[in-house]
Amino acid sequence: MASLKALKIRINSVKSTQKITKAMKMVAAAKLRRAQDAAEASRPYAERLEKVVSSIASKVERSPQAPKLLAGTGKDDVHLFVVCTSDKGLAGAFNTNIVRLARRSAEELKAAGKTVKFYTVGRKGRDQLNRTFRNDMVHGVEPGDLGKIGFDKVQEWAADLTARFEVGEFDVAHLFFSKFVSVLTQEPTQLQLMPVAVAADGSGSAGASAAVEYEPDEEEILADLLPRNVAVQLLRAQRENAASEQGSKMTAMDNATRNAGDMINRLTIQYNRTRQAAITTELVEIIAGAEAL
Amino acid sequence: MALHFELVTPERLVRSEDVYMVVVPGSEGDFGVLEGHMAAMSTIRSDAELAIYASAGAAPEMLKITGGFAEVNEKGLTVLAEAAG
Repeated sequence: MASLKALKIRINSVKSTQKITKAMKMVAAAKLRRAQDAAEASRPYAERLEKVVSSIASKVERSPQAPKLLAGTGKDDVHLFVVCTSDKGLAGAFNTNIVRLARRSAEELKAAGKTVKFYTVGRKGRDQLNRTFRNDMVHGVEPGDLGKIGFDKVQEWAADLTARFEVGEFDVAHLFFSKFVSVLTQEPTQLQLMPVAVAADGSGSAGASAAVEYEPDEEEILADLLPRNVAVQLLRAQRENAASEQGSKMTAMDNATRNAGDMINRLTIQYNRTRQAAITTELVEIIAGAEAL
Repeated sequence: MALHFELVTPERLVRSEDVYMVVVPGSEGDFGVLEGHMAAMSTIRSDAELAIYASAGAAPEMLKITGGFAEVNEKGLTVLAEAAG
């Protein structure tokens, strides 16, 4: 059995671990609130843009000169997976869940004879995917703190992705991120990023916008809007990820704190037992000594 | 008699209010939007200013916006900008 001193040291060490996880949980809770607000604040823009894009897109689609971002390359041989994760761990299964979904889809597409490439955002995702798809990695960026990503940074990535698409590096791009449902649930999500997935021509919008005056014409507006749409989708993914990461971290740290508490209880009982055993032994020795006299 | 005006950036919903008129710096020229304007869509000149008239005859409030897009429909005017203020 461990000595009293060793037990005491062990208890103290678990206690300080518990302090750290408790602090991390509270930090995550505070950050979560901010991240959640940011995620909600970015929703109106994304929603309105989506509405506008799909209403114009449903009209332009028929023309042969439709932009590549809308019509696609006409093939679907090469798929690019934009996998968004975070740079830091200690957030439960947050990163693993996203990577798992990406990996499963990748394997399905590969089984169907397609080529899959990876463009990663976040160090954790890159590291995990590197293990199985070492030769398919295209590029990786490290976003740093997810909560502090601004639109300009996302625009850089979007410009890079659009440029790669235009030169025909890939035919379809999918976006992977974790959708924030609640603190306890985050849903890994896959979304088609390029070409733009247009919802089936909404008959309501087509009727209402029949007499819309376009300035300049539809095609030019669309050429301006589509790259922006890519950036907005990326930003949305980052915002959702930021909230999910903090939610996941909070749950993970809460569990860790509770586990540490259990461990302290167990060790304390063991410590008390050991101490009692030592006292008993001493008493027996004294009594035995006294009787021998 | 009021025009419902919304200004949205990717970061947040900046404005959502009823105003008298907004002058939008479209890429093919400025245009004023009053209530009941016909449906229109236009891109916006980069680094231009929106002029918001809270009421008829009031001094306009100038708001700088970067890159964007304006949509007018029966519900009012929505400006989607990359950055505002």
